[in-house]
Amino acid sequence: MTLGQYVGRRLLQMIPVVFGVTVLVFFMIHLVPGDPARTVLGIQATPARVALVRHSWGLDKPLYVQYWKFMGRIAHGNLGDSLFYGVSAGHLVLERLPVTLWLIVLSTILAVAISVPLAAIAAVKADRPTDHVIRAVPLVGLGFPPFFLGIVLLLLFGLHFGRPFPVGGYGNGFFGHLRSMFLPALTVALVLTPILIRSLRASLLEVLESEYVTTARSKGLSEKRVLRKHALRNAVISMVSVLGVNIGFLVGGTLVIEQVFALPGIGQLMINSIFQRDFPVVQAVTLVFAIMVVLVYLFTDIAHALLDPRVRFD
Amino acid sequence: MSAISGTQAELLVHDSVVEHRRGFRHRWYRTPSFVAGLTILGIVVLAALAAPLITQHGPNDQDLLHTLQGSSSSHWLGTDDLGRDVWSRLVYGARADLHIAFLAVVLPFIIGTLVGLLAGYYGGLTDTFASFFVNIVVAFPFYVLVIALVFALGSGSRNIYIAITIVGWVSYTRIIRGEVLVAKRKDYMLAAKSGGLSDFRILFRHLLPNVITQSVIYACSDIVLDILAIVTLGYLGLGVQPPTPDWGNMIASGQTYLTTHWQLATFPGIAVVFTALGLALLADGLADLLRPE
Repeated sequence: MTLGQYVGRRLLQMIPVVFGVTVLVFFMIHLVPGDPARTVLGIQATPARVALVRHSWGLDKPLYVQYWKFMGRIAHGNLGDSLFYGVSAGHLVLERLPVTLWLIVLSTILAVAISVPLAAIAAVKADRPTDHVIRAVPLVGLGFPPFFLGIVLLLLFGLHFGRPFPVGGYGNGFFGHLRSMFLPALTVALVLTPILIRSLRASLLEVLESEYVTTARSKGLSEKRVLRKHALRNAVISMVSVLGVNIGFLVGGTLVIEQVFALPGIGQLMINSIFQRDFPVVQAVTLVFAIMVVLVYLFTDIAHALLDPRVRFD
Repeated sequence: MSAISGTQAELLVHDSVVEHRRGFRHRWYRTPSFVAGLTILGIVVLAALAAPLITQHGPNDQDLLHTLQGSSSSHWLGTDDLGRDVWSRLVYGARADLHIAFLAVVLPFIIGTLVGLLAGYYGGLTDTFASFFVNIVVAFPFYVLVIALVFALGSGSRNIYIAITIVGWVSYTRIIRGEVLVAKRKDYMLAAKSGGLSDFRILFRHLLPNVITQSVIYACSDIVLDILAIVTLGYLGLGVQPPTPDWGNMIASGQTYLTTHWQLATFPGIAVVFTALGLALLADGLADLLRPE
């Protein structure tokens, strides 16, 4: 299979998933017990207002008609109108998306920067004290709720230790963003590192025990060179797929962390909209989050196929 | 002839299951992580059960003349912004959070295991159908879908575990489906099939006891994830509703006083980390004990 064919097949496989995702997001509104319009508007709402909202959401039409209209709107890039802000939900999401994307990219970079060296050390010193320490720390880390870790970092570096980082907000300009984003990104990264270190160490060990590494060693190459030129290259392949699998978790983590650090991203938009019972915006953000994850899975698979041609023939 | 091989197959399963249990009984106290996890969890569960006995104040008793106090003989961990005893809120919070976490792990465990068993065993259309739903749920980040569902269903403990169930079953299905696919090629399965046993008997008497271990091991790590999710929902104001104490809403209200009274947010946080650590150790030890050599 050529790379083009592989990408084509992956794109085809995406269709049912994206279809299912839209169905789930669409039906969320019907999970609301009783009349969603009344629940959203509250008990005080007049019957006329409820009827108006029901009509504007098309709740008075049969389900399949509603879904068809919903899909039609999405196909035109229209995610509905916010009940609170009175502008289109898509506009609100687009406005805040850069903040969230920044956070995702920065935390991915930090996560890789922290976990790759640690996993490498743990794998090289397997079953020695260093390895045990590196493996034990993440065990504690796994129990930290992401938001609590954020608060602890905030307490340490936002309020004490010379306050090197601001306690919240997005900052101005590239370096302003970078400075404000550092603590939130570090939080998300630290939440992810335990999982990354674990899988990376395992795959590195597997590579180190493989025959070509033995061959490289028996050729008399230095251990450093074996590690850099032979082992690490192959380990990068598994790194990519491990990262891809965990990015869904990372994306979800940003939702909560934005709240802790008062970052105006789409996660914060979602939480605020929940309290304003702004249904279309919640729907829109949920959909955008899911699409992001589906795309990340696609890109990781393509990257994997590029790095490792064997994948394409499975 | 076929009846004999059927019974033989059952004996084989029975033997291996018994061997598992005997091994477990002999080794559990020699597995450090299992013992440590059990001890930590035991302390937390005992404290939650004995809440009225080990606290001097009700979790919602306000004392507006003594707000934001430091620790004293009357208030071991001090008081919060409404003069409520932090220690008793912490202990009663354990009750609420552990209760929901337990329920939130049982339902996905049952549903996910069952779906995985059927999908793996029957394959074909059943499998395609199950995988379709799994792929949809997996496309959503965990927290995003749970939060969106809690929003749609409304907050409150019942809706929290319904939401977690809708999201959580997929992991069990994936694990069990994979296990069943491997087990299907084993000798005892071929024996059971050629012995002419009914599908029902094969599924629940032969297949389930052999694959369920993986579900049990996963459930232990899953409950950590669930506790974190429940506490996170509480923190965001979507979980256990005030005035019922919950570690999440305690941290959220404590965050306001971070600059002056850092302990208000930190104590419940430590409680979460402690409990989660206990569960993680337990999961680690259990995996060691139950995994066949």
